[in-house]
Amino acid sequence: MILQVENPVVEVHDLTVSYDRKPVLWGVDLTIPAGALVGVIGPNGAGKSTLIKAMMDLLPSGSGYVRLFDKQIKDVRKRISYVPQRESVDWDFPASVFDVVLMGRYGNMGLFKRPRQADKDAAMQALTKVGMQAYADRQISQLSGGQQQRVFLARALAQNADLYFMDEPFAGVDIATETAIIELLRTMRDQGKTVIVVHHDLQSAADYFDWVVLLNMRLVASGPTEKVLTQELLEQTYGGKLTVLSKVGDLLRKQEFPSRETKVKRVKS
Amino acid sequence: MNAFWIILTGSLVATCCSLLGCYLILRRMAMVGDAISHAVLPGIVIAFLLTGSRDSVPMLIGAGLLGVLTTFLIEFFHRYARVQSDAAIGVTFTWLFAIGIILISVFAGQVDLDQDCVLYGEIAYVPLDLWITEGGLSMGPRTVWTIGAVTILILLFIIIGYKELFLTAFDPGYAAAIGVSTSLWYYLLMTAVSLTTVASFESVGAILVVALLVAPPATAYLLTDNFKTMLVLSVILGIVAAFAGYYLAVWIDGSIAGAIATVTGFEFILAFLFSPSRGILISKKLVEPVQQQV
Repeated sequence: MILQVENPVVEVHDLTVSYDRKPVLWGVDLTIPAGALVGVIGPNGAGKSTLIKAMMDLLPSGSGYVRLFDKQIKDVRKRISYVPQRESVDWDFPASVFDVVLMGRYGNMGLFKRPRQADKDAAMQALTKVGMQAYADRQISQLSGGQQQRVFLARALAQNADLYFMDEPFAGVDIATETAIIELLRTMRDQGKTVIVVHHDLQSAADYFDWVVLLNMRLVASGPTEKVLTQELLEQTYGGKLTVLSKVGDLLRKQEFPSRETKVKRVKS
Repeated sequence: MNAFWIILTGSLVATCCSLLGCYLILRRMAMVGDAISHAVLPGIVIAFLLTGSRDSVPMLIGAGLLGVLTTFLIEFFHRYARVQSDAAIGVTFTWLFAIGIILISVFAGQVDLDQDCVLYGEIAYVPLDLWITEGGLSMGPRTVWTIGAVTILILLFIIIGYKELFLTAFDPGYAAAIGVSTSLWYYLLMTAVSLTTVASFESVGAILVVALLVAPPATAYLLTDNFKTMLVLSVILGIVAAFAGYYLAVWIDGSIAGAIATVTGFEFILAFLFSPSRGILISKKLVEPVQQQV
């Protein structure tokens, strides 16, 4: 179930990525439509983060190519934004919330230039959108996990890009932040932006995304959520992992799939 | 007048080192600074052997090349031989430094470089090595001109690349995603560290330059949560150390470079004890829970 679309925002062709000659992604071939809220889903070590990093050309790829907006990546850097995993940076860095959000404007400024009032306004607006305007002068070391995530999101928003890559934005955040973030992502999608989210929680996936990419080193599926989040494809993605399968069972119960018991049992034995 | 030149040299060295050190410690690369400060030695000797003079420019170029080679080798061993990065640092810089020592000892007759001077520096000799123009005009100590020029270069580098240096130190992944070249800024920073090291070499030596690269920024880090303040504060701390170190050395009649480095150590201990935000004696954040238990 790999659905290719016309005029894709992201086109990945035969992509293979290796760490130390061990391939972590094999022959991924997919397209993503414009204006979609996309979930990249798969078990731990499936190469989800690797896939979005390779899409942004942050990792050397062994073979294949990626095109964004039907152009080479280096020509469209200003139109893409990235929300890395929260743990990827040192939150004890001497910087304020506003300093970090202002980084979202750096890509457009160029050398020599200092941030102008317009840049500061954009940063402040982005902070307001994530409900963190009161924290602008706060040290980043004093933030909770959810607040850190909101700051990272605000930095990406300040960039005013067209295509957003987000690595586990819902990991380790409180429920209020999770709700606020998903609302924000939906608003962005409604404005015609494309948002690609690495996500590990199957329960909420069906609810959050309108396009899903299932990944386990190879591409299992890519298509509209209702066609992709099926028992068969999820089993293919998660293999024989029992704990995960029981989660799949829960999910399918929610979706009222009739044949779940028998199939799950068959896999167990 | 000698005191003035010595303190000026010390302050300029401290300024360069403190500024670059802020980036090094925030990138968790303080020991790469250590490595570069040693590994530039063969570059200096080779530049000396090729040109036959202690002219500053060839030495700066030689040291700059070796500094970049060092960082490249460290990266290379870490990534392709897959040894731990601290092991890669240890292997690379001791090896290059050893080659430098061999070059000095083999060409001892031709090289006007002294091993003691290389290791410990001798800032007291700074006022003796004057730059005298062909017209016979004395322009002051040669070292002051070299380190002064390097200071201006470093200041320009940090002012021009402030945003990029800040961003690549904090979040290289995001920087790369929005099109800021992380490796370009990494190697520019390492080149700047190499230039600073070699310009500081004669005055404070290969070992003490590390004290100035790490201690003032680490002290400033304890005292502030704002990056620009940290840069300014570490420069002030470095210059204070240059002043205090000189007078301490005069008072005890000891090594000036050693005294400067000692003062930076005392500054760090004071900040560690009394910093308003992180000091263990003052900070409420850290002390309160312990007191409650008692």
